[in-house]
Order: sequence, then C-alpha cells, then structure tokens
Amino acid sequence: MNIRYISHRLLVVMAMMGASVPALAVGPGFKLPPAETGEQVYVQACQTCHQPGGKGGAGAASAYPALANNPKLGVAAYPILTILRGRAAMPWFGGTLSSAQIAKLVTYLRTNFGNNYATPVTEDDVKKLSVNLPVSGE
Amino acid sequence: MDDINAPTRRKLFETIGKAGGMVALYQAMTSLGHAAETQFNGPPKLSGARKGSTVVVLGAGLAGMLAAYELTKAGYKVRILEFQGRPGGRNYTLRGGDSHTEIDGTTQKVEFSQGNYLNPGPWRIPHHHRTLLHYCKQLGVQLEPFIQLNHNAYVHNTDAFAGKPVRYKAVATDFKGHISELLAKSLQQNALDEKVTTEDKERLIEAMRGWGVLDKDLSYKSSLKVSGQRGYDQPPGAGLGGVPTPSNITTLHDVLDSKVWNTMSFYFSYVMQTTMFQPVGGIDMIGKGFAREVGHLITYNAKVSKIGQNAKGVTITYEDALTGAVSQAKADYCVCTIPLSVLSQLEVQVSDEKAAAIKAVPYSGQVKIGLEFKRRFWEEDESIYGGHSFTNQPISLVSYPNFNFFQKGPAVLLGAFASGANAYPLAGMTPEQRIEAALAQGEAIHPQYRKEYMNGTSVAWSRVPWSLGCCAQWNDESRKEHYQNMVSMDGRIVLAGEHASYYGCWMEGAMLSSIDAITRLHKRALEA
Repeated sequence: MNIRYISHRLLVVMAMMGASVPALAVGPGFKLPPAETGEQVYVQACQTCHQPGGKGGAGAASAYPALANNPKLGVAAYPILTILRGRAAMPWFGGTLSSAQIAKLVTYLRTNFGNNYATPVTEDDVKKLSVNLPVSGE
Repeated sequence: MDDINAPTRRKLFETIGKAGGMVALYQAMTSLGHAAETQFNGPPKLSGARKGSTVVVLGAGLAGMLAAYELTKAGYKVRILEFQGRPGGRNYTLRGGDSHTEIDGTTQKVEFSQGNYLNPGPWRIPHHHRTLLHYCKQLGVQLEPFIQLNHNAYVHNTDAFAGKPVRYKAVATDFKGHISELLAKSLQQNALDEKVTTEDKERLIEAMRGWGVLDKDLSYKSSLKVSGQRGYDQPPGAGLGGVPTPSNITTLHDVLDSKVWNTMSFYFSYVMQTTMFQPVGGIDMIGKGFAREVGHLITYNAKVSKIGQNAKGVTITYEDALTGAVSQAKADYCVCTIPLSVLSQLEVQVSDEKAAAIKAVPYSGQVKIGLEFKRRFWEEDESIYGGHSFTNQPISLVSYPNFNFFQKGPAVLLGAFASGANAYPLAGMTPEQRIEAALAQGEAIHPQYRKEYMNGTSVAWSRVPWSLGCCAQWNDESRKEHYQNMVSMDGRIVLAGEHASYYGCWMEGAMLSSIDAITRLHKRALEA
C-alpha cells in the first residue's frame, strides 16, 4: 500500500460521487492527485463502516461505533492508536496510511461530526505512537 | 541423487532427529515432501458420549455444521443456533433471484441468468486441503477443476506497456529470459567466482541457457525458439502459409515496469499451487451438503445476545430475528463459531484472558464484484478459459469462470477481488458506483466490457451484517499474546472457526479448528 494507490482509489471514489475531477480513465499518462485532506482519507478508508457523517453502522448487529459526538476523540491518542493498531473488528491502518494521513484524518474527526477538539494532531504525534507496531500481518 | 557423497535421506533424517528431536525431524520430513501436507489425520473418531449429553453449537457455517455432524455421530444431542435464514455462513453463493443486504440496509437484487453465480467469499480449494476434500467426498459434493494458472490470461499494469495488457506467457518468459541472460553473463565474466565453484558455474551457465532460452552468445533475443514459450506473431500452420514467424520480446525495462514477478510468485505460493478445485454449481454446495446431514438441528434467525455458563452447563440467550421473541437454549457444552467481529460485541461469560483474545483480532474487508456479460468474449475473442488476469488497479484481478466453457449466452466473471487498502474505497461506494468502478478499470484489460455488460452484484465484507468482515487478521504479536487463550477450552465453552486456526481465511482452517475443538470437548466431557 502506498499513497499512489490511495490516490488512484480516491479518484475513483471522487469520480463516482460526481466530484469535479477529470472523467475516469485508465491507461497511458493517467496520473492521480494525492489523498491530501483528512476528509479525503475518511471517505476512502473509514466511511464504508463508520458511514457518511460518522454516524456509525446501525445494521443487524449494531456494529460500528459512531464517530459523531464521540467523547473518546477528546484524547487524541485514542483515535491515533485505534487507527494504528486496530480495535476489536476494526483492522489496523498502521503501514496502510502514512503518519501524515493519519494526523490529518484525526484532526478532521476531532473537528467535524459534532466534535470540537480544536488542537490539531501533528505527524509527530502519530510517529510517537507508531513504535513497536505489529507490522507483520499474515 | 547421483552425488555419492551426499547422505542418504534416511541418514539425513536420523541425524536431524538426533540433533533437534522429533519436531525437527517432522519439519525436515515435511519440507522434503515425506510427511502429511496438512494437519488432517482423518475425520475425528469420537464415540461413546455420555447418555443424554447435550451440545449447543452457535453458527451454522462449516465449523459449526462439522461439529454438529461429528458430535451427533459420537452420541451427543446437538442443536445449532444460526443468525441467518440459511446454512453455510461465509460458505456463500449468490445466484439470480437472491438478494444481498448490507449493514445500512442497502439491498442488491441479483440478476444473474440461470446457472451463473458469484462466490463472494471462499471459491477455490487447494489439493492439499485434505479436511475439506474429505468432507466433500463424504457429503457427495461434486468437485471440478478451478483453473488457477492460465498462461494466456493477462498481466496489466497502468505504468507498463502504455497501459495495455500483455499475455502472462509473453511477459513471464521475457522476465525469465532477461534475468537468465544477466546471470549467465555475470558468471561468464567471472563476477560470481567467489560464490560458486568452477563446476557449478559451468552448470549454471548451461542451466540459464536452457531455462532462459538464451542464444549461443548467452543473449535473450527474439527467435522462433523463444516464441515457442512466449507465443508467435504467426503461429505454426500448415501448407503454403505454414511457416511461423517469431514475436518480438519486450525489453528488460518494460518487463520490470509490469512487475510480472508479483504474478509469478503468486502461483508459487503453497496455497495457490495447482491443482485446485471448486464445487460444481457454487461454493455453497459444501454448506448445503452439511445441511443435508444436520439441517434438522438448526434454529434459523436466532440472534444470540448472551453466552452464559456455570458449573452445570451453558445458557444461550437469543432473539428470534423475525418475531423478536427471546428464548434460552441450555446444554452441557457450547461450540461457539460466531466470528470474533460479532462475538466481541456480545456478553460472553469466559475468563478475562479469553475475553481479551476475543477483542484482540480485527477483521479484513475484502470486496468481490460479479459481472454478467452477454457472451464469453474472453473465450471467443481472446482464448482465455478460466484463471486470472491481474492488474495493479484496485480491482486487483479479473477472474474467468471455470465451467461451462464454450457455451453460448450470458456468463459471470469476477470483476474485482479487492483486499486491504484497495477494498475500503470500493466498499464505501454504493453498489452502482462499485459496478462503474469495476467496468472502468476492467475495460482497460477487456475493451468489450461496456458493449457486453448486462448486470452486476458486489459484496463488501466489511458491510455484511452477519460477519462484519471477511477473515480474522492475526499478526505475530497477537498470536503470541492471545492465540492459546483463544483456542483453549474455557469451562464449558470452546471457540471454533478460521479465526481459531493458523489457517485463517481458508475453509480448511475452519474445519481443522472445529475438529480440534470437538475432540477436546469430547475428552473433557468423558473426564467430567
């Protein structure tokens, strides 16, 4: 996994959603913009389970927690560690998302969906918590 | 072996056995092909259950139904509680007329024609998955070949060959040829003299010349001989125009752009090696086979909310998903095969260590997309019969049906099998958007896509209500800390499923786990 792949998928997502990007095409000379904002990372990696607006999964098993109005986002280390290492059914994204992407994502989550934790999360905050990550999935 | 100085195999084994004990001996034998390939030693031979002993099994997937099947034979009175209205769990096939609902209520109606299907989860069986093969045979599940390696399928990379797909046989032959030339010439120029003996150097050069199809100067060049592996411009014919013409090899640089080694090494993988099989008619024929034996024991639409136990037995609290009525099921023992993604949200009376293990394992979220086309253009236009074309795009591959070759009429191919970071964005789309993404990416490989497309169905495992994911994702750390706690028998409860095995994400793992769990349960029950 690397940023280029994320970017490619982002473009697909954006194209599907009618965002103003070039018409979807694959093949020669097709280069993609990087996934830069926290919102872009949320749409690509998180929204499938946590749902648009961070409202959480409300399906048959009442499964995925809401991120909207979630006091656990108050301590930045909690979402950072959850993203890096996974939690219960949620896969880990350490090694999938870059530290910069995670920092922007967590900052986005903490300042959207009814959450008001203004202090931005930095790449360094993420890197400090990235030591001893279980890198070797099977 | 023609080297008289080499030890005989028996001597070698004896030496290893003395030096490292029996485990080392077994491992050495296994690596040399002399011992079993899986840990399956035949079906469990359980018998003589105490009169009136009862077991409740949670989940009617392969692990659960195998447990019920074997425990019933051993003399236990067994019942199964299943959340869905069908048996099989992730052993799952979608056909025309079926519907598939995701966690937010999004529902797809499957429109495939008669006889066509999508296996959203498991779909292929390695020849060494002997547990699964045993039960297929026992249950009368008919198997057919699953075409794994197809030399005539494509390798596609948006950054190679101007984004055009190339045949696997061509680019794999070129990769082999170019690296053979490099190695042979390095040897010839004495660059590796410190690494190999003079004798081995000569043998290696000969090996590279033959293996890589090099010419007399150890160069890899376009020729009829090379075309004999990578394919011709004009293949050999007959009569006046019978003379073949060679194809042009691609450059080392272009071959490296294609990253074809990823595809080549995929087929080297132990679990991906030929021969592979699939059930005739869909993978769920296995679950249906078990259901013929134990279906009468299953209570469907049973949503478990609590798994309790005390010194006397287990009590399972569950709700009828259709009526809302809450009931309890009591038994002496419980085999719980509920995926950890769901189980971690239930009230379960187990030790703190097991509770921690249940919460410690995340689930992957693969996405598969089945596309139905008006005709088999991959067969008719491109001579591709089964197997896979791989791409670096998020869909990862296009995989062709391995049955009904040459038939007229609609056929379904697998238009995406995305995993890891490739899967989340696809899963986050609506079903219509996923299809559009699969068509947009797939048409880079097959330009016929848009013209021939009929309908499609997608399954995003992270959004499947009854499993909340596809497979348990262990890592070295969680194995060390939690695996033994996961599989240990806890009072009267034992867990089983692919998550309780070292064969995660394979049906074989679920079944091996089930056999192990019920064998220990039976032993415990007899000792009690």
